[in-house]
Order: sequence, then structure tokens, then C-alpha cells
Amino acid sequence: MVENDRWGLLLAHLILILGVAVVVFPVYVAIIASTHAPGTFLQGVMPLLPGSHAVENYRSVIFEGRSNAGAPPIGLMLWNSFVMAVLIAVGKIAVSLLSAFAIVYFRFPFRIFFFWVIFLTLMLPVEVRIVPTYQVVANLGMLNSYAGLTVPLIASATATFLFRQFFMTVPEEMLEAARVDGAGPWRFFKDILVPLSITNIAAMFVIMFIYGWNQYLWPLLVTTDDRYYTIVMGIQRMVTGADSEPLWHLVMATVVLAALPPILVILFMQRLFVKGLTETEK
Amino acid sequence: MQTKRMTFSSGWLPYLLLTPQVAITLVFFVWPASQALWQSMLRQDPFGLRTTFVWFRNFQRLFDDPHYLISLKTTAIFSLATTVLAMSLSLLFAVMVNRMIRSRDAYTTFLVWPYAVAPAIAGVLWWFIFNPSVGILPYMLRGLGIDWNHRLDGTDAMILVVIAAAWKQISYNFLFFLAGLQSIPQSLIEAAAIDGAGRFKRFWTIVFPLLSPTTFFLLVVNIVYAMFDTFGVIHATTEGGPAQATHILVYKVFRDGFVNNNLGSSAAQSVILMAIVIVLTVVQFRWIERRVNY
Amino acid sequence: MARIVMESLSKVYSGGVQAVSDVSLDVADGEMIVLVGPSGCGKSTLLRMVAGLETITSGTLHIGDTLVNGLEPAQRDIAMVFQNYALYPHMSVYDNLAYGLRNRGVPKPEIDRRVQAAAEMLQIGEFLPRKPRALSGGQRQRVAMGRALVREPAAFLFDEPLSNLDAKLRVQMRVEIRQLQKRLGTTSLYVTHDQLEALTLADRLVVLNGGRIEQVGTPMDLYRRPETVFVAGFIGSPAMNMIESAWARATSGLPDGLPAGSDLIGVRPDDLTLAAQPGGLALTGRVALLEPAGAESHVYVTLSNGQTVTYRTQGLPDLTEGAAITLHAPLSALHPFNTATGKRTG
Repeated sequence: MVENDRWGLLLAHLILILGVAVVVFPVYVAIIASTHAPGTFLQGVMPLLPGSHAVENYRSVIFEGRSNAGAPPIGLMLWNSFVMAVLIAVGKIAVSLLSAFAIVYFRFPFRIFFFWVIFLTLMLPVEVRIVPTYQVVANLGMLNSYAGLTVPLIASATATFLFRQFFMTVPEEMLEAARVDGAGPWRFFKDILVPLSITNIAAMFVIMFIYGWNQYLWPLLVTTDDRYYTIVMGIQRMVTGADSEPLWHLVMATVVLAALPPILVILFMQRLFVKGLTETEK
Repeated sequence: MQTKRMTFSSGWLPYLLLTPQVAITLVFFVWPASQALWQSMLRQDPFGLRTTFVWFRNFQRLFDDPHYLISLKTTAIFSLATTVLAMSLSLLFAVMVNRMIRSRDAYTTFLVWPYAVAPAIAGVLWWFIFNPSVGILPYMLRGLGIDWNHRLDGTDAMILVVIAAAWKQISYNFLFFLAGLQSIPQSLIEAAAIDGAGRFKRFWTIVFPLLSPTTFFLLVVNIVYAMFDTFGVIHATTEGGPAQATHILVYKVFRDGFVNNNLGSSAAQSVILMAIVIVLTVVQFRWIERRVNY
Repeated sequence: MARIVMESLSKVYSGGVQAVSDVSLDVADGEMIVLVGPSGCGKSTLLRMVAGLETITSGTLHIGDTLVNGLEPAQRDIAMVFQNYALYPHMSVYDNLAYGLRNRGVPKPEIDRRVQAAAEMLQIGEFLPRKPRALSGGQRQRVAMGRALVREPAAFLFDEPLSNLDAKLRVQMRVEIRQLQKRLGTTSLYVTHDQLEALTLADRLVVLNGGRIEQVGTPMDLYRRPETVFVAGFIGSPAMNMIESAWARATSGLPDGLPAGSDLIGVRPDDLTLAAQPGGLALTGRVALLEPAGAESHVYVTLSNGQTVTYRTQGLPDLTEGAAITLHAPLSALHPFNTATGKRTG
């Protein structure tokens, strides 16, 4: 800007550093806590410097667990979360691409009606229809299965709208050239439209992967068999499931493992993530 | 709503393309929602043997139920506090980051990643930090003469869940505020500077009004987030306690439906929540429509 | 190679807008026809109807001996060059050229042969592995041409293909397109709003206005003998001067011997002279502006009725702005029109 405002700039940096500290602090504490021996937490307040039990703690949560303390090994839960996140992201993208293609590139009776049906999903989050949705999934025999964990979450108005919006910006001539080149609807979709959408698809994948990984209420509803537990919901059982004080060093190791994959996705694909986030909500 | 100028002509293909999306929506969204509507007007006897149709009696009972009214109030306080805290902090950060040139990306990176943390995990993190016996913050607060115990004190518990919920939402708001700030033409701000407006005045007279569409959008999004997506924060930490101090509506629906098995009441609560979401979605879409011209 | 025969083609959009009305045109095999007219005159719509990108409301369209009204664009044996090129941004130049052939099931070696041949002809061989965004405007234009070439179609359709290029490149590509078309001898329809492009490229020119054909003819036919006021005003730059006969007669500058009903007289800026033309038109006014343009100059003269006429002359004439001036034209250079019909009177 125009004026030279050195103190203001310093203040701004100060505020931001403080802000970053607040944002980072909880995760820092979790990482520290996950490196200490169990005894540490019996002696009052937790330390702020790393301990020496990191390897031991992490190996213990991933492979062994402490079943008597409500902490089964979490290797399987991590895997379940991963499967769930990938299936949801891929499913949402596939289903939304097809719907957006139909809505933008075809004119057919009841088009607007279908648009509104898709729109409805925005208005009916799981949280407002918990019990009846559970009953439907139960009646279909989808409890305790990957299908039950993912399929009901695959409908996506946001992704459909994003792709619809992107398709509207694809030049008309792209379709015309393709038709002169002898491409029918399916060829046009697969050879032209999907490759053109690849950045949007990637951005959507980042957002939906995080969405899928972070599901909490849904796996809580549709799983009772711990072979299908996901990591995010599994933690709850470790914190509140046991009668005694939680085994904080193991809980925090689990927390770190549960939070790490989506955080890594964001950090490594920050540009795509920002694009996906700001564009879906536009 | 437009299509392309030229479209494919095929009788059945568009329906086939829409089938997966529409089928899932009907089976897992529309059908359960209508079930909720139906069940909200039924009442089961305590043994689940007989079901009677009771019209709006479940709703009537809800609004006569002090527990529900308290939950309503708790939800309002929780949502408002979370929204205000998350939005004001992120606006502050966004304005500051927007002043930076070289360090902008670095700060952004540090501020965005909590988006990736699930609400439940955010809850557990702060639950641990505030843990009365091992947590770091109660230890520091004790030094200030404050006795923190969210297991016994309802206000402490509320503060805890608000902080956890707002912490996770800062990244989202920050990104949108930053994008909003960056879309304000620099020339406007320069013109105001030439007109003699100081930095503070420029913010309140130029920047903040121009940011109002973003602010409004985020307001709706944050309220929806606080009311619905924070289930994990509550469920993984306070479980609504102590003494129902953090018993928000979504959590109550879940408790009444699954733990207390009071289906009629749970369904009626679902219907009320549905109405709230629909209103919020319509408000939000009205705004979007104005901005992008669907 | 094929004729294109349009018989009474019309296009009415669902909103009731008539974009093309009753257009009949017989395009000979190997001919280059340019469709020209102001924006909204229906020239692009007509081209897109031939391509199959717009449905034909009524009338028949034959390409070769086939009635193509109901055929998909891909079945019509045509190739099209789009205004913005419409290159597939995610495919290499090679794949852009090959895509249409692959969809048709042309065998691989044959595709390769044709792509290489087209690339050589257009000198884009070195760009084949690149993506379109790595190319300049002129190079993209060539790729778009190449995509049409490899198809070896019965007809080329060009939809304002040069309008996105800068002036210099436009002239160069214009020449190349014409040379290529002559060499291949492929029937071509070319749409443009630029009358210079139209004049230089066309075997025959079709001037469209309001969805109808105003006049069809060789460029020189249209220039020398425009049949309507619209064509007279559209073809030629600077535009033809139009003088009301009544006013000219009153100022005693109008020759006798013009056909009856000629209430509007056209005269091209080039046909005006400073030298008196006995038995011709004389226009008296003042020099409003002198505009030197290198080899020639344009002189704007304000007549006593307030109208401004343009006079074009070689070099820089010895005139001062504000001075009185009389411009002359021989009878043979006058274009008589009737304003009510909009047609030439003789």
C-alpha cells in the first residue's frame, strides 16, 4: 500500500504468529503427548517437550491396541477410513459428473424436476433424518458393510453443481467440433469433457476425500461390528468407552494418525484444495 | 436454467445418466425424510406393540418439554458463540494476511489445515488440553486463580465445545474472507487513501461493506456447521453434559432416537431440524442466485 | 468433391425468430463461396445448417447427391473450421487431427499418413506433439485447418476463421487458405463479416441481409453493379456515397438520362474527380477533413444539405480544409436506385 506503516505491519505479523500458534497448539500438544510413557500422565500436568516413547506408542496403537482399555488395534480402522474416503470421493465424482452431463448437455422432459431432486440432498443432511435413514440401511441389509458406509453418502448436490457450472463454461464449439468429428454423447463425455474437467475432478477429490475420512455420525450409525469401525469414530470409544481415565498417550497417538492423512492431503494439494473449496460453494 | 445451445438428442440416455444420483437421493434422502415426517405423527406404547396416529401431539409435547426448550436455547447459544468466534478470528487473520506479500502463502498454509481435522478429533484435542487433571490450560488457569472443570461446570463445558468447534472452522472462513478481500479492487482502497481515510477507517467504510456478501454467506454456512456438523464435537467429548449443558438439538435427536428409543419424539425433532436446514439453504441459495445468475 | 444445393432453406427458432428465409443457392463442385453480411444477417446460421449443427426448418439441402437434411454432422462428409478454432485443449496437435479419423474407424497407418501429409502441407509438423495452448494464434489456426484437411471431406465450411488473428496474420492466412483451396479443389463455404476478406477469397460472393440473399455474384460483379442499396453500401471501402436525386437536381448537378424512379444515386469515392465531367454529376460543398492514408487520401466533403461525401484520390491532393470544392462523376459511374424498393433501377 501507499503509506509506510512499519509498526502496523509488525503488529500484523504479531497477530498472525499468535493466530498460527493457537491453530497449531492443539496438534502440537497431541504429538508431544503421543511420545510419552503412560506414567507421565499420572504425575499431574503433561510436559511440553517430546518424550522417548514415540515408536513404542505408535506401534502399540496400530498393531496391538489395549483391548481391555477399550482400545483395539487401529490398523484396520485406518484402512476402513481410507477405503471409505476413497469410495465416497470416487463415487461422488462419478455420480455427479454423469448427472451434470445429463443436465447440461441434454434437453428432456422433467429436467428441472430432476435438478430439484438433486438439490434436495442439500436440504436433508444425515443429522436431520438419523433414525429413518438407519432403518432404511438396516432394511436393505447394508449395516456393517462398506456399501452401507459409502453408498448412501454418494449423492452430491455440491459436486453436481460444481461440474454443471464448469460444463457451462466449456465453449459451445467443443461439442460442435466433436460432433463434426463423429463423436456421440458417450465419446464426447469420455474423450473431451472428462479430460477437460480433470483439474476440477482433482479439486473435488481432495474435498470429498476429507469429507469421507471425517465422517463421524454415519459410521456410528451403520456399524456395530468393530471390523468396520473407522478411525474418527473409533477414537470416541477410546475416550469415553473406558471407565478409568483414558490412556492419553495412546489416544493422542491415535488422534495424530486419524488427523494426519487429510492434513497431508491438504498440505500437498493446497492449491487444488482451495480451488475445490471456494468453487463448490460459489 | 440453461443448457447448451446445442444438445444431444437421446430419449433415454439422460435418464440413465441421472439414475445413480436420483436413486440414491430417493432411497437414502427423500424416503427417510418422508418417514421422519410420518413417524413424527405416530406414538408407540412403551412396549412397542401398538402404534397410534397422534397428529401434531409429538410436536406439542416437545414444546411443552422443558428439556427440549433448554436444548433449543443451548443450541442457539452454542451456534451463535461458535459463529461469532470463528468468523471474527478468521476475518482478523484474513485482513492481516492480505497485507502480507512474501509471507502470505506461508501464513495461509499454517492457517488452512485444521479444515482437515474432523470435528470429533478437534473435540478430543481440546478435551485433552482442557483436561482438569493433565491438561495444560487448566494448569495455567489455576495459576490465575481460575478453577476449570468442564466435567462439573456447565459454562466451562460450553466454552470448551465452542472453542473446539470454532477452531476447526477458522480455516474455512479464513479462505473465503481472503478470497473476498482479494477480489476488492486495489484502486478503490487507493482512492480512499487519497481521500484521506486512515487504515482503520478504510476498513470499516470500504472493505467491510464490500465484503458483506462473503460475510453473509459465511454467516449461514457457520450456523449450519454449528448446528449440524458439530455432532462429533459433542458426542466425542461432553456427551451433552454436564447436566445437559451442551445438549444441542442434533445430539438430542440422536439420544432420543437411539438411546432412549423415543421414535415419535425423535422424528418430530428431525422434522423441526429439517425445517431449519431448508430455511437456511433457501436463504443461502437466494444469495448465490443473486451472485452467479443461475 | 461435391456440389452443394440449397433449395428454399429456412430456419425459424423456437422463439419464432426467423434467422434464414428461403435461401436457394447452387454451389458448384470446387467452388469457393463466401457468405458475407453484417452480424445477425443469418450467414453463420446458414453455414451451421449446412454443417448439421442447426436443424433445417424447411427446404432441402443436398451435398453431392445425398439429401442430408436429417443427417448428423459427422455423416455429411463435411469439415468445419471454427471461429475460435475449437481445438481440444487436452489433446496434442496430432491427436486433434486424428480424433475425427479414429472415431470413423480409419486404420492407424492411414491416419498417420493423412496427419503427416496435412502437417507438411500446413507446415505444422514440428508442433504435432505439442498441446494447442503452446501454440500462437496463427499456429492454432493452421491446426484447425489441418483438422479439416485430414478428413478429405466433400466440402470445407469456414466460420469466420480469421477473425481472431491480428491484421497482418489475417492477410497472410487469407492468402494461404485461398491457395490451399485452389490446389485441393474442394468445395468451400466461407463465412465472414469482413468485406475485404470476402472480395479477395470468393469465386462467388453471397450477400445476406436479414436472413435473405441480397445478391449473388463474382466479387467484381457485385462491386461494379450492386443490385440493391444494401449491397451498394456494404461492398466497397470507403462506402459508396448515396445522394438524394431531388436535392442534386435542385442544385442543378444531376445529369439527365437516369432511369425513371431513380430517387437515390450512388457514386463510389473512387469515381469522383475534381475535373469537370460534362453531362455528369456535380456536387458542391466544403472540405471538412483531409485524411492522408499513404498512397491515397480520403477527402470528406460537406454538401449544402449537411450530408458528408467521401472522395478518394491518389497521393495528397492540394486542398485546404474549409475551402469550397466541386466533385464530379461521369454518368457511367452512377448507380441509380429506388428507395422504396431498395433495388437498382437500371
